[in-house]
Amino acid sequence: MENILQYIVSGLSTGSLYALVALGVVLIYRANRVLNFAHGDVTTLGAFLAIALVAMGLPWWLAFLLAILGGALASMFFYFSVLIPAQRREASHLGQLILTLGFGLLAQSGVLIFGNLETRVFDFPLSDSVIYEWGGVVISELSIGILVTTAIATILFFLLVQKTSLGLAMRASSENLPAAQTLGIPTRPVLALSWGLASALGVLAGLFLAALLFLDPTFMLESFLKGFAAAILGGLNSLPGAIVGGLILGLAESLAGAFISVAFKNTLAFIIIIVVLLFRPEGLLGKEFIERV
Amino acid sequence: MDLIESYSEELQLIRKGWTKAWVWGLTAMLFLSPLYLSDGYIYIATLVFIFTIGTLGQNLLIGFTGQISFGQAGFLAIGAYSFSHLNNFGVPAPLALMAAGVICGLFGLLVGFPSLRLKGPYLAIVTLGFGVAVYQILANSPLLSGGRMGVVIRRLEGFSILSTEQVYFYLTFVIALGFVLLTYNIVSSYMGRAFIAIRDNDIAAEVLGVSLSRYKLLSFAISSFYVGVQGGLLALLLGYLEPNMFTFLVTIDFLVAVVVGGLSRVEGSILGAAFVVIVPQAFSHLSGVTPLIYGIAIILVLIFEPLGLAGVWLRIRLYFRNWPYR
Repeated sequence: MENILQYIVSGLSTGSLYALVALGVVLIYRANRVLNFAHGDVTTLGAFLAIALVAMGLPWWLAFLLAILGGALASMFFYFSVLIPAQRREASHLGQLILTLGFGLLAQSGVLIFGNLETRVFDFPLSDSVIYEWGGVVISELSIGILVTTAIATILFFLLVQKTSLGLAMRASSENLPAAQTLGIPTRPVLALSWGLASALGVLAGLFLAALLFLDPTFMLESFLKGFAAAILGGLNSLPGAIVGGLILGLAESLAGAFISVAFKNTLAFIIIIVVLLFRPEGLLGKEFIERV
Repeated sequence: MDLIESYSEELQLIRKGWTKAWVWGLTAMLFLSPLYLSDGYIYIATLVFIFTIGTLGQNLLIGFTGQISFGQAGFLAIGAYSFSHLNNFGVPAPLALMAAGVICGLFGLLVGFPSLRLKGPYLAIVTLGFGVAVYQILANSPLLSGGRMGVVIRRLEGFSILSTEQVYFYLTFVIALGFVLLTYNIVSSYMGRAFIAIRDNDIAAEVLGVSLSRYKLLSFAISSFYVGVQGGLLALLLGYLEPNMFTFLVTIDFLVAVVVGGLSRVEGSILGAAFVVIVPQAFSHLSGVTPLIYGIAIILVLIFEPLGLAGVWLRIRLYFRNWPYR
């Protein structure tokens, strides 16, 4: 039982990565009412871009910054060039969802064509094997980096959304688009910025996940699906819910892996999705109402 | 232009003599193709027939009933594994195929229950969760999936003048033809109209007396039956199953087939299945080109031609029908 603190810490660390991914998903869902199925693929693109830039000799912080920016720009470009014309032609929600799937396929192809495909270890400045021990809990430098970076990113994100006028514009556009347009808010750039911000958060999470897992073209698939699970758990409409959902999912996975079995750990996320959607589709902190037949 | 004068005329599958002629000709040509095509092409054609079945089913669900489903990989896996286990226990192949379809249909019913309450993105995620959960359960359960070694199935052998490849070709051709006719039948019946009503406006459909719960569940069950049969045929064809064949990427292939082929067009499913089989085969030596083509095709279809490849075909037909008028 003395290990439980260990499991909690490592669960929180993975959970904060799920929270970052979930935050990106929820941000886009609130803005456009569309699930972004390209999130995982854009993140993979960003991670491969980071590796390519590092291989070209750039210092790691610059490479990461450019990779995050690159991912954000790719998403914004997609929004402007594909999604806006689709919305102008009144595409259904299913149609927009499939368009994001198409964008995801394009990002995947970009990785496959331009990326170096051998599975390899991502050189990350914070190493996984340098560990500190503190009160009986062993924690690696990488995990500390994850927790600290996620905390900073989340705080900055919330300051942006709650305290700045851009954040106010983003919240207004997602709550009621025609009203925001009437008030003079330039909704297209603002929504494009939310897409870019969501992808930036995703790429940030992806860089850490690439260090944790091995880097190959499909490394984000499972984490992306778990990010979805976390977003559903917290409520697709609620930004704090994404964070809470991510942390809870990480903790639950870690504890389930410890006390039940490792195999169950991976299935847990999807069982949570099904259970939550059957009994409380709004999620823990969400407020949308659901019709019944 | 078509002038339909009676209900029986509307029910006819092919109305004009000329269309009957060339459809029969095409079918005969396909039937005789093993005589002049090499084995490699016959194999590809067999794959196209198999994929047509599942795509027809998914088109019924996504195109005609408007329910979003991302669980196709899970249903395919259930169909394939049930067929293989039943076959390995000695059940004869045709019976095992039907049973695989029915088992899959029952699971489809199960997945259909959430659809009564959830719509849009929530339904997508629940079906996604189901699909991935099936994959996880199979990957972690050596009993069900034969673990790392996979499951091996006895393949059919050739008899009399037909080689193995040709046996598979004719078997899948006949089954696919049966399913295509079945789908045309469903679509022009009350069930098909109920599905379309649910897609267009489900509350209005309920008001008009279409029982939403019954037809939504039917839609899920029937489409899963189709996918289950596809899974069984795939197992029979490939002879070897392993859980990695049923990841989320397979679901994406199904979706691409349905969307690019043409939502809610039966011919579209056939064209979409051909697209999804032929493109990876044609570009297998260049990695990364397949998702590129899929992505571009999806985006082009959804923005410019909502009826997909079937729409392109329709435009060509109408052009020639109306020629020299526009």
